[in-house]
Amino acid sequence: MADSDGRQIDSINHAADGDGKGHGIVRAKTEGKELTKEEKQRLRKEKKQHKKNKKDDKVPTEKEKEKEKPSVQAPSKPVTQSPTHKAAPVPVSASASESLAAAEKPVKTKAELRAERRARQDSERTSKQGKKEGGQQSTTSKPKASPSELQPVVKRLPEHVQVDDPAALKKLAKKLERQQVPLRSDYGYKVSLFSHLHQYSRKNPPTQQISIPATVIHPSVVRLGLQYSQGIIAGSNARSVALLHAFKQVIQDYSTPPNEELSRDLVNKLSPYISFLSQCRPLSASMGNAIKYIKKEISNIPSQCKEEEAKGKLQECIDSYVNEKIILASEAISKYAIEKISNGDVILVYGCSSLVNHILCDAFEKQRKFRVIVVDSRPRLEGREALRRLVKKGIRCTYVLISALSYILPEVSKVFLGAHALLANGYVMSRVGTSQIALVAKAYNVPVLVCCETYKFCERVQTDSFVSNELDDPDDLIVTRNGKTHLENWQTVKSLGLLNLVYDVTPPDFVDLVITDLGMIPCTSVPVVLRVKNVDQ
Amino acid sequence: MPGADKETDLSERIESFLSELKRCGSGAGSLRGSAETARETSALLRRITAQARWSNAGELMEIIRKEGRRMTAAQPSETTVGNMVRRVLKIIREEYARSRGSSEETDQQESLHKLLTSGGSSEDNFRQHFPHLKANVIEAINELLTELEGTTDNISMQALEHIHSNEVIMTIGRSRTVEAFLKDAARKRKFHVIVAECAPFCQGHEMATILSKEDIETTVIPDAAIFAVMSRVNKVIIGTQTVLANGGLRALNGTHTLALAAKHHSTPLIVCAPMFKLSPQFPNEEDTFHKFVSPHEVLPFTEGEILSKVNAHCPVFDYVPPELITLFISNIGGNAPSYIYRLMSELYHPEDHEL
Repeated sequence: MADSDGRQIDSINHAADGDGKGHGIVRAKTEGKELTKEEKQRLRKEKKQHKKNKKDDKVPTEKEKEKEKPSVQAPSKPVTQSPTHKAAPVPVSASASESLAAAEKPVKTKAELRAERRARQDSERTSKQGKKEGGQQSTTSKPKASPSELQPVVKRLPEHVQVDDPAALKKLAKKLERQQVPLRSDYGYKVSLFSHLHQYSRKNPPTQQISIPATVIHPSVVRLGLQYSQGIIAGSNARSVALLHAFKQVIQDYSTPPNEELSRDLVNKLSPYISFLSQCRPLSASMGNAIKYIKKEISNIPSQCKEEEAKGKLQECIDSYVNEKIILASEAISKYAIEKISNGDVILVYGCSSLVNHILCDAFEKQRKFRVIVVDSRPRLEGREALRRLVKKGIRCTYVLISALSYILPEVSKVFLGAHALLANGYVMSRVGTSQIALVAKAYNVPVLVCCETYKFCERVQTDSFVSNELDDPDDLIVTRNGKTHLENWQTVKSLGLLNLVYDVTPPDFVDLVITDLGMIPCTSVPVVLRVKNVDQ
Repeated sequence: MPGADKETDLSERIESFLSELKRCGSGAGSLRGSAETARETSALLRRITAQARWSNAGELMEIIRKEGRRMTAAQPSETTVGNMVRRVLKIIREEYARSRGSSEETDQQESLHKLLTSGGSSEDNFRQHFPHLKANVIEAINELLTELEGTTDNISMQALEHIHSNEVIMTIGRSRTVEAFLKDAARKRKFHVIVAECAPFCQGHEMATILSKEDIETTVIPDAAIFAVMSRVNKVIIGTQTVLANGGLRALNGTHTLALAAKHHSTPLIVCAPMFKLSPQFPNEEDTFHKFVSPHEVLPFTEGEILSKVNAHCPVFDYVPPELITLFISNIGGNAPSYIYRLMSELYHPEDHEL
């Protein structure tokens, strides 16, 4: 209330006319009398005018900003330019936060764009170029250097680990407002160690705040967002494949507006979708790599390509990505892994990893004799899904919870684990509990094998499970036993908190072997693979 | 006849005690805590001493041994019953020796000498009749009962020596001893507690609600996150079901994982266990060590189709080796795990290890 009063008084004071009337109103308020009808109408008019003035002020300043931006550029911010676009330049936070590599892609788009701008605004640039070009070229020359040289990484911190910074939150809110994507609010009491992360409730998905029909966000993306936030689609492979299929649909339905280039406009169109999906559930490393790939393919489309041809090409690219990186990769990994499974083995698996399930089913088809122990943990209980799939195949299975691990491990001969991502310092990021299994297996001298496709390798480094993680809905931990639910009213108790982590990192000394589609490598060879991949690209 | 009445009354009580033991053993975290079981066992043994017919110490020990065997057979995992029986047997031996006039030490030396030479049976030593033996034994058992009542308080009195302010303490499941320990420290110091819920019984939830009512900052984590959060933990304080003769533990499932994680991060592991939990068993007996409960806690019947094709296990206890334990806190003070064998020789007589 006080805030609106302040604004009203401000608008009154700043209004060009009606100063005396303004004072009258203020006096009326202070005297505690009710505002008369005409005074209320006057207030409303003044408010409207003030808002109009504000908007008018904004647009010219934005235009100025745009004109300045070409000459004053931070190397990490690509500016998409088109004369008709009034909106402020699309920030790279969408791509930088999800993509986890250095800023190589922005270099190419910047080069193209700068060439165009130079053609259009020659006179202005000559005056400012003298001052700024010197500094500019030195900063842009470094990323332009061949990728084999060591680059200074000018990375921006991803938004989803800056929840405790109010400036970052404000920036995010503004960006989402501009893209017309609903902002999701945090839920419940957050444990102090994790106050820098988001914690959402599953009962309030952001899809509830979207009107039907959604104008900005494609319906298949809305559906995908809902499936992510409710946990219907889970697992990094499944999420990436679903994402790519949704994008295929988007590209199918896309039509280039007049005076636009497909290669630039389509990338712009994808940014609000990505923001929306990351509001539904923070993006995984595999999804980030897939998005980077798509954006690169889109911006590589030559400008003289016809629309239908371009769309067909992109669909093909996506199909080949899914085929190569996910389906064929799992075949290759399965071939390598079967060499490691011998007759009479007792294999322990944790949770539900599509890749590990595939390996076990393949080995069973190739007539290997083994039995499987499935370890599961609350609250997700994903192991039951793995159990169903394996039993359907006919594999002999045992099922325990993770607290019974010390009891069951003496029987085990090998441990197969799946991964969510492999970090550049050799740590394995996977479902919470994986590091525990690796720890106890090491204590009992049981070999631990991690299976991971190369498209999940990422260049981040991390040493503990705190700095970058995902917090799931804390209400999942509540359970009713014998008719009693102890944690039912945990929100009312001030000093009680529930922590539902999703991921954890396993140190490389617990892992004996990583099986990838490139072969069987030790955990510490991950940065070598990344380097080789970058050179190839 | 009054004599017969007493006897039937006594056997009734024993029967009801046995059936209670059998019933409340299902699921970890029996309906009553170990302290209560210990107290009831001691009270029952006192009653047996008072009401049963015996003329000398040997007969009394026979009766108690017989009843003790029945009681431990009713619920083998409830080791406090057996421990109390052995304590009472040791009391009887001591009282007998005192009545005879020989001091304890010579008795022990004698038995060692006898062990090394012909190993003559010490049975005939207990045939003498002393009129005041009954009263002495009953008095000693009363002392034992008072000691039992004060164990939890004695342990929680030491809390402030081990917890400093702004610490992060981790615990697993629910232990009444640890609860009292932490509550006592919370009166003077501010610290955080992380409770691992210990599926499938989820007793950690109850522990967390109790602690948070005392204004202790509590966080509940699932078992899978134990290693993930261990790097921020300063101390691990746990309770246990039994302390074994080698200094190891028989504790709730999941405790071994917790101990390994603590060892990896070099976090001290403190076990709060009163002396009546100390048992002369060793962990080598594979088939008697573990106890299993119905696996419907793990894989409920709603899973239907796959139930018949899958083996599901739900063990209740875990073995924790003594190398992973830093300190034992009991009602007689703090001890290292390597000292447990000595404490045991003070509490129990070597011939009573096998009931």
